[in-house]
Order: sequence, then C-alpha cells, then structure tokens
Amino acid sequence: MTSPRRHFAGLLVLAFFLVGTLPQANALPAFARKYGLRCSACHEAWPMLNYFGQKFKDNGYQLMNDRDAPIWQNPSYWPVTFRITPFWHRESTDKVAVDTPTGGTINRQISSSGFDHGGLDILSGGTLEKNISFLLVPSSDENGAFHMESANVRLDNLFRSPWFNLKFGKFELDNIVSEKRGLTLSANGGAYQIYHFIPAGDGNIFGQIGDNMLGLEWMGHSFNDRTRISAALLSTTDGSPDLSYGSNAYSAFFAASQAFDVGKLGTDRVGFYAMVGEAPTTYLTQGGVPIASSGIGNKSFHREGFVGLFYFGKLDFQVVTQHGWDSEWFGAGYGAFDPGSGDLPLNNTPGTTLPTGARAPTWNGAFVETHYVHNPQLIFIQRSEWVRMSQQALPGTPSDLGSIDNYVFGVRWMPIMTSRAGFAWHNEFSWIRLAGFAPNGTDLTSNSLMSGFDFDF
Amino acid sequence: MLTKLLQRPLWVCGVAVLTLTANSSAQLTTYDLQERLATESHAGKLHGHAKDSAMNYRRYCVGCHGELGDGNGENAQWLDPKPRDFQLGIFKCRSTPTGTLPTDQDLYDTIGRGLDRSNMPVWNALSAQDKIDLVAWVKHFSPRWEREKAGTPILIPPEPEVTPERVKAGQEVFGRVQCWKCHGVQGMANGPSASTLTDDLNRPILAYNFTDGSRPKCGNTDQDIYRIFMTGLDGTPMPSFSDNIKPEEAWDLVFYLRTLQPMNGFNTKERQIAKQLGLKPVRPTQ
Ligand code: HEC
Ligand code: HEC
Repeated sequence: MTSPRRHFAGLLVLAFFLVGTLPQANALPAFARKYGLRCSACHEAWPMLNYFGQKFKDNGYQLMNDRDAPIWQNPSYWPVTFRITPFWHRESTDKVAVDTPTGGTINRQISSSGFDHGGLDILSGGTLEKNISFLLVPSSDENGAFHMESANVRLDNLFRSPWFNLKFGKFELDNIVSEKRGLTLSANGGAYQIYHFIPAGDGNIFGQIGDNMLGLEWMGHSFNDRTRISAALLSTTDGSPDLSYGSNAYSAFFAASQAFDVGKLGTDRVGFYAMVGEAPTTYLTQGGVPIASSGIGNKSFHREGFVGLFYFGKLDFQVVTQHGWDSEWFGAGYGAFDPGSGDLPLNNTPGTTLPTGARAPTWNGAFVETHYVHNPQLIFIQRSEWVRMSQQALPGTPSDLGSIDNYVFGVRWMPIMTSRAGFAWHNEFSWIRLAGFAPNGTDLTSNSLMSGFDFDF
Repeated sequence: MLTKLLQRPLWVCGVAVLTLTANSSAQLTTYDLQERLATESHAGKLHGHAKDSAMNYRRYCVGCHGELGDGNGENAQWLDPKPRDFQLGIFKCRSTPTGTLPTDQDLYDTIGRGLDRSNMPVWNALSAQDKIDLVAWVKHFSPRWEREKAGTPILIPPEPEVTPERVKAGQEVFGRVQCWKCHGVQGMANGPSASTLTDDLNRPILAYNFTDGSRPKCGNTDQDIYRIFMTGLDGTPMPSFSDNIKPEEAWDLVFYLRTLQPMNGFNTKERQIAKQLGLKPVRPTQ
C-alpha cells in the first residue's frame, strides 16, 4: 500500500509545480526594439512563437541580415525586458482535511479570492557578436526571491551551417510546444501536466521535460526552419546548480520535427521527442541524513512522445503525447532527495530489497491545445489534458491513483503590441482532477479563475 | 481608452504621410486601397490575392512599411536604409529592365530572401501561399500596376566556363564602365564617388562592399549578380549597364566580381585564378 505520507509528498510536488511561479516567458521587446519589429512578427500571440519567431530563435536570436552583431546597435541600446503580471484570482479545492473540535478531521472545500501578482522576470538576450548569442533570465517568485531561470550562451551557425549550433548552460529543452511560452497562466492551468508528471509515491524528480536544465545542446535546422533536430546532454540535476544531487548521472533529450505547407490553411509541423536518463537512488548518509552530491545507485527512466501543430486558417491545434516509464526503484519511492525540501525519499542503501511485486510505473498522457487567433491581438485558448497511469509500481495501489484530467479556457486581448511593449488583458479558468488524491482516497478537484494584466517592456 | 491610445500613432502616421508624400504623385487613402483589394499575383503555380493578406501584412510588415504602404511604419524613423515606399512602385530587385515594374516572381523571391544589410527580414518561414498573397498586397499599394504591366525579364545566356582569360576580360570591363567610381578599385565601396551617393529620395546610400562577406540584397547566385548590374537597382545610384555591357562580357564581369568576394561559402574558383594570375586592382582612369 502507498503510505499516506508518500501520498502527501506526491501532492506537495504537484502543488509546487501547479501553484508555483507563473511560467516565465521569453518574449522580448528587447529584440523587437533591436530590429524594429512588432511583437506579432515573432509571436502568434505573445508569448507563443510563430514560425518566423521560431526561426529567429533557432538562428540564435538573429535575423541573419548582417545587422545582428551588437556593434550595429545604438550605444544606448540595452537588451533587457521586464515582465510581470498583476492579477485577481479565485482558487478553490474541494476536499481539504480540516480539524474538528472533537479532535478528528473532516473534508471541506476551501476557496479564496483576492489580488495578487506573479513574479518578476528579467529577460536579457541577444548577440555578443555575430553568431554568438546568449539568454539570461533572473526570475523572481512573487516574494522577490530570485533564481536563475535561464543562463546560456550559444555558438550559432558553426562552419557557416544552420545545422551546427551549440548551446551551453541552463536552458529550456527543445520543446516545440514550449511551456515557457505558454498562453495560459492560472494556478491549475499554467503548466502542462505531462511536462512535470510524477506518479504518486515515485521518487524520481528528474525527467521533467518542462523544466529548464543544465547541459549542452546541439541543434540543427534547415535554412527555412522547416526541418529541425536537436540533441542535448543534461546532468540530471533538474536544472539545480552545484551538483547537489548525484554524481555522474546524465540524461539526454532528443527532438526532431518537420513542417510542411498546407496551402491557404497554413504550415503544419509534426515531430517526435524523447528523454532518456538515469538518476541516483542511493545517498551516503551522515547521522542518517543524506549527504549532498553523494548520490549513486543510478536507475533509469524515459519519456517519449509525438508533437503536432495543425493549422486551419485562424484555428490551430497543438497536440503533444507522452509515454513515461520509471525504474521500479523510483516507483517504490527511492530516488533523489531535494536538499531543500526536508521531505526525504527512501534511501536505497546497500542490501535494500524492493517490496515484493514492485514494477516499473508507466503512464500515458496527451494534451490538445486549441487557439482561435481572431487577429494578432485577440486570441481564444482551450486546452484539454489527460494523464492515465497504465501500471502502478506497487501491487494493491488503486490503478488510477495519480491520473489527471485538466481543462483550461482563456481569452487574451493584447491592445498594445508594438516594438516597445506588450500589454495583454488575460482571462482564464482552469479545472483539474487528481485521481485518488483527496485525503479520503477519492478524487481531488481544484479550479482557478483569474483575470489580470500581463505586460512587458 | 486603450483603443484610443492605439489609434493615435496611426493617426499621427497618417498626417505624416500626407505631408511627406505631398510631392509624390498620389495621396493614397484607405478608400483607394479598398478599391484595389482585388489585386492578384502569380508565380509558377502559385496564385495570390491581396484580400487574403491583410492580416499577415498587419502582423509582419506594417511596423516598417506602414498602414498605407508608404514606408512610414512606427519603426521607420529608426531604420537605415528606410523601408520601401510601396506607393511609388519602384523596386531594387528585378529581373526586368530598369524603369519597369518587377515580376510577381521577383517580389516573391525578394520577400523570401530578405534584404541583407537592411532591417528587411528573410520571410522564408512564411508559407508559399502567404508570400504570394503578400506580393499581391504589396502591389495593391501602387497605381502603377493598374497602368503598366511588369517588364519582360532580361535574357541571361547560359553561364560559360570560368577561364583566366574571362576573369581578365571581366576586370577590363570593371575598369572601362567605371564600377570602381563607386565600388572602389578593390570593391571596398570606397571609390571617388562613394561618399557623395544618395538615392532617389535624396537619402545618403552606401555602395556595396564586395569584400566584407555580406551578401548582395538581390541574391548571390551568379545569375543574380549578372541581373543586378544588367537591370540596376532602381531608386538607387546603382545603374543598369545593359547599354554598355554585352551579354558575354557580362559573364566575364560576374567572374571578376567573384574574385573580390571572400572565399567562404562563395564560389572560389575565380579567386584561385586571380591568385595564379597575380591580378592587381584596376588603375583608376578619368
Ligand atoms: C523591420 C522592418 C521591416 C519589416 C518588418 C518588413 N520590411 Fe520590407 N523592407 C524593409 C526595408 C528597410 C526595406 C528596404 C531595404 C533596402 O532598401 O535596402 C524593405 C524593402 C522591402 C521590399 C522592396 C524590395 C525591393 O526590391 O526594392 C519589399 C517588397 C518588402 N520590403 C516587403 C516586405 C513584406 C512583404 C514584409 C512583411 C512580410 C516586410 N517587407 C516587412 C524593412 C522591413
Ligand atoms: C554611381 C555609383 C555606382 C556605380 C558606377 C556602380 N555601382 Fe554598383 N552599387 C552602387 C550602390 C549605391 C549600390 C548599393 C545599392 C543598395 O544597397 O541599395 C550598389 C550595389 C551593387 C551591387 C550589390 C547589389 C545588391 O543586390 O546588394 C553589385 C553586385 C554592384 N553594385 C555591382 C556593380 C557593378 C558590376 C558595377 C559596374 C558595372 C557597378 N556596380 C557600378 C553604386 C554604383
């Protein structure tokens, strides 16, 4: 049986990703200013990229017009953008265990509403020289605590070929449907569930393709960006610095896609991605407490899926699927300990054996996000996402424990969209159900409603 | 409130247009443009319609080329060279003789290629259909297309084999027709006239520097180079030499120009020949 404690840990991890900071996005008036382009040239709707923007990014934030080097800029030009989102929201969760005067607990719905703001993103990116580009994103949570969201440098068009580009540092994985550029912001709808999915009780906090990672990426693309391919070598630190988890645990991420014109309808793209890696399950201890950087006993995991972008004039569909597999050791709760969390997973010290019948947990997920782009300044958004456990790690675990249903609806109006600033009035409703996650073992549902001003300059 | 804010720059632009284009033939209004929404375009199998391009023009082009296509978008003031004023119907990159309108294919190619050394991006990420629709949209800004047909593309004879003789002959042409007056004897854009050049709108303009590794705006194949000096870049001091250079001489000149361009990524046979010949820059004449 899964212990309630592990249940809770799983919930915490999920909650962290769901209600954590709003996704930061790399929408840069700094670029628009540099080139005299409107936001809409690169963004289907800010911050989501269109094909021109994707190509600009794949060229290393360059237009390739021999005016990319910073020497062509007015000396007063500064490649910096700020983004923040003040908003009002209402959050509601249907079953929370609350104490009763008699000493027991009962489940109650808790709802709250009020004014808030997202964290501040400071985005700085551009070229250091022709064909050498960078991105630096110090990002704060809503309390002002900063972390380094992105920090990378890229050598572009090596050998004068668009097929050789090397990125080094902390970066977003080459996800064609980028969560960092997502159009949804609410607590229950701001993240793609399959980009962060962890089965209930699972100890593997790596393998989250939505998180920025530390590593080295090679990417190549055809001149018009219709064909794209990339491979990244990552150290499985989930993007955390200082090698705080394991020693010598690596993972790799691959992505390839091909786009083709479909006449008046637009340009479609289909692709494939995979992440394979290993992460520690054993930590040396001191007084029973795991020692940072001492992780060994690597076990493996992988994720793979298809991506499709389909255009029908003003309407488009983004489809992402995922099949996930974690080693039975992770499934049984062994895995990386998060030095900051104080909530330690089980430690696979020598001699440990798995509970009888333990198997590798597997799951399947998919989402379909639809956009109706009425015009570059008004967009309607829908996303439906499902994750289904197909095999639980431990016998006796309810077969659907941890499965997710998530629905999001939004409308985003961008009255200001110049080369100097972007300003959107963002409205969104999202609803999520986590199977078996309520304190009494039934389904837990939550919803969010938000309305706010998302702006950058 | 917000929509008002949005409209103001447009309105300001509108006034600027009226004052700035007062000396150009047409004072175009959105009403005239409505009338021309039926403009079409053709290139190969592609068939474009202006009316289908309104949103893409607004999305991608309007910030530079302006709502009325007059080159007065909100960013124009910061750009050099300035965005093209489509109302004039004068284009640099053409396969057609100087003074004539370009073909739809020319405009289609230009949009997909972009214009190097300017802020005009490479739009090849757009679909073929989007590009051909944009061609029709670009055309609908100028009444020239109602009065005139596109010129007939110049004939380019098949490219001969590069030989040392041809490279030497090309250099003689370069000296004789005085390309060096603007481009300099080594092609470094520093000829005696270079610093005085202005375009037809009286804005200073630089000649092309063959040696700095940048690509010509109108394409970098041998055929493109041939076309550039046999049709000229209209609206700029770069003239058409079709009256002064015979077709076979033109190929010789292409080969010689290649000797001025740096090696990487460019045809290098000409440079090897130049090295073997020990070619020295032409001597300026009067
Ligand atoms: C960032 C500014 C910018 C944007 C955006 C832009 N252009 Fe341009 N465009 C220019 C500039 C600058 C020139 C003139 C360059 C020169 O003269 O060398 C130009 C020139 C042109 C020309 C004339 C080419 C010739 O042969 O003379 C065409 C056609 C054109 N643009 C089409 C477009 C279309 C279509 C779009 C939108 C898809 C677009 N431009 C978007 C800046 C821009
Ligand atoms: C009166 C001055 C002048 C003369 C003479 C002249 N050019 Fe040019 N040329 C220019 C200018 C100015 C430009 C740049 C136009 C632009 O960037 O829009 C240019 C551009 C070019 C380009 C690059 C075009 C592009 O697409 O970017 C080539 C190639 C070229 N010239 C070749 C020649 C050759 C060959 C000759 C002699 C046969 C010649 N030029 C004579 C002024 C001149």
